[in-house]
Amino acid sequence: MLLNQFLILAAVLFCIGVYGVLARRNGVLVLMSIELILNAVIINLIAFGAMLGGESAVVASVFALFVIAVAAAEVGVGLAIVLMLYRNRQSIDVSDVDLMRG
Amino acid sequence: MGPVAAALGFVEPVLDFHALAPELVLAGVLVVLLVADLFFDERTRWASSTIAGTGLLLAALPVLTLAVAGDERAMFGGAFVVDDFALVLKGLFLLGGYVVVLLSVNYVGEGDYYEGEYYFMLLSALLGMILMASARDLITIFVALELLSLPAYLLAGWRKRDPKSNEAAVKYFLLGVFAAAVMLYGMSLVFGFTGTTVLADIGALLGGSPTAAPAVTFGIVLVLIGFAFKISAVPFHQWAPDTYEGAPTPVTAFLSVASKAAGFAAILQLVFVGFLGREDVWGPFFWVLAAATMTVGNLIALRQTNIVRMLAYSSVAQGGFMLVPLGVVGLNPEAAGSALSAVVTYLLIYAVMNLGAFAVVITVARKTRSGEIASYGGLFEYAPGLAVVMTVFLFSLAGIPPLAGWFAKLVVFRAVLDAGTAWAIVLGVITAVNAVIALFYYAAVAREMWMRPVPDDDRTPVSVPPSLGFALVLTVAGTLVLGVFPQLVARLGDLARFEALQAILTRL
Repeated sequence: MLLNQFLILAAVLFCIGVYGVLARRNGVLVLMSIELILNAVIINLIAFGAMLGGESAVVASVFALFVIAVAAAEVGVGLAIVLMLYRNRQSIDVSDVDLMRG
Repeated sequence: MGPVAAALGFVEPVLDFHALAPELVLAGVLVVLLVADLFFDERTRWASSTIAGTGLLLAALPVLTLAVAGDERAMFGGAFVVDDFALVLKGLFLLGGYVVVLLSVNYVGEGDYYEGEYYFMLLSALLGMILMASARDLITIFVALELLSLPAYLLAGWRKRDPKSNEAAVKYFLLGVFAAAVMLYGMSLVFGFTGTTVLADIGALLGGSPTAAPAVTFGIVLVLIGFAFKISAVPFHQWAPDTYEGAPTPVTAFLSVASKAAGFAAILQLVFVGFLGREDVWGPFFWVLAAATMTVGNLIALRQTNIVRMLAYSSVAQGGFMLVPLGVVGLNPEAAGSALSAVVTYLLIYAVMNLGAFAVVITVARKTRSGEIASYGGLFEYAPGLAVVMTVFLFSLAGIPPLAGWFAKLVVFRAVLDAGTAWAIVLGVITAVNAVIALFYYAAVAREMWMRPVPDDDRTPVSVPPSLGFALVLTVAGTLVLGVFPQLVARLGDLARFEALQAILTRL
């Protein structure tokens, strides 16, 4: 069974995503990095579901479908917020967003 | 049933509409609000707040009838459970939401932005919260979390032409979504090693034969980190002060009370139903988190000059006090019962007094147009009622008897003593030191109101609109009554023990 390879792929995607969120300054690229983490989650779920079989496989697919649907909603809200930021500041560099401190 | 369903062995789930009634009523009100808003013009748009407030009270009715019926109802293979714990928290969310609507009426009505959408998003977030109170399954917890978070991101950025509000939304959204993604990765690992998403089954597997697989440990930690963001525990609190300061003030009140309570509801369910067999993982985690959150929150709150920001750090620190019972359960699982009651009791009392403090801040800001603590100078001279009420809330937050806050602190210390180990006592001492530190910054605001001169000699009285006045009366009455008769809220806290917890406690 190829389970380990899938889990390693997911772990690598997760790490790339976390790195992207922490290192990237562009709002859209941060959103894309978060999508990478969510894709790692989906790969994990489906791989575990295929390994466990039976009812767990169904539960895993349902979970994965919910993750996909909610991720789409998150991106919708996220792009709206990034667009709002762009309209007010003509920039989507999230490290510039620091009016408040302390 | 169709032939495909029959071939797959699909069993139609039994729907208990009484148990689902609070969610269904609130969803119905949401639709009514959205459609009715289309027909409102400039003169009638105030009606959306009335619909929202009435809807929340309507949704609280089935919570009452379910409490009277008193039996535990489980649906969808244990994924959705209505027990006393769920009902107490649903009542907290709906009544807290009602007070937030009262706080919003004038603020939103006098602003330049959309009104119908504001209440629609507020109610959507509340729907997610009351769902969270019943969610006993990883998928349901995830869906409830997103349902309560996504509208909250938009609410934080509701003043969309104000750069501060933009900043609040961006920070809240990016960190919130990141935390949710990390939490999901943890959930996928926990699912992979247990093969189920139902918390009770996960608990049986993790508690029965200890699975020490590092991946499960890692998964549990990631899930808890995700919710540590939600309750703004140090070191995952960086979004909170900026979001609280930049968001519209009624939204800040909502986030600091309801959103935090929803995070705690999820943590309590995960820890006491799902992960109770693994207190070796989450015990130390919460111990460190509680100590760091109280100390850092309080120390930074000491040097704030903006009252909303001060209340933001105070809310971080109060979250630390609520984590203390969880930190000591890990040391001695026999304290699980009193720890669970302590967290729920603290949440109920904190909701009343913190919403009250925000009600005063919103009322005073209508006159001073400022959030600086210095603008409260001499408040007692021109608005004695507001100054007295604010003092009540501040001293209650500090935990001074006979105001409700002292009982919240008391139950936390009781949980510490029930655990009784050396490390629990150490955490208790840290808590006591922090309770003293907190008194300083709460008292600083009181001193400003009672003893300092009025900054610009503007002594025109503060007008209190009826809705804000009603919110103030409700919260002051709550703070005083619960302080003098704490058994009322203690009873609710004791009710909120899970049935599942009783089974686990007898096993010990």
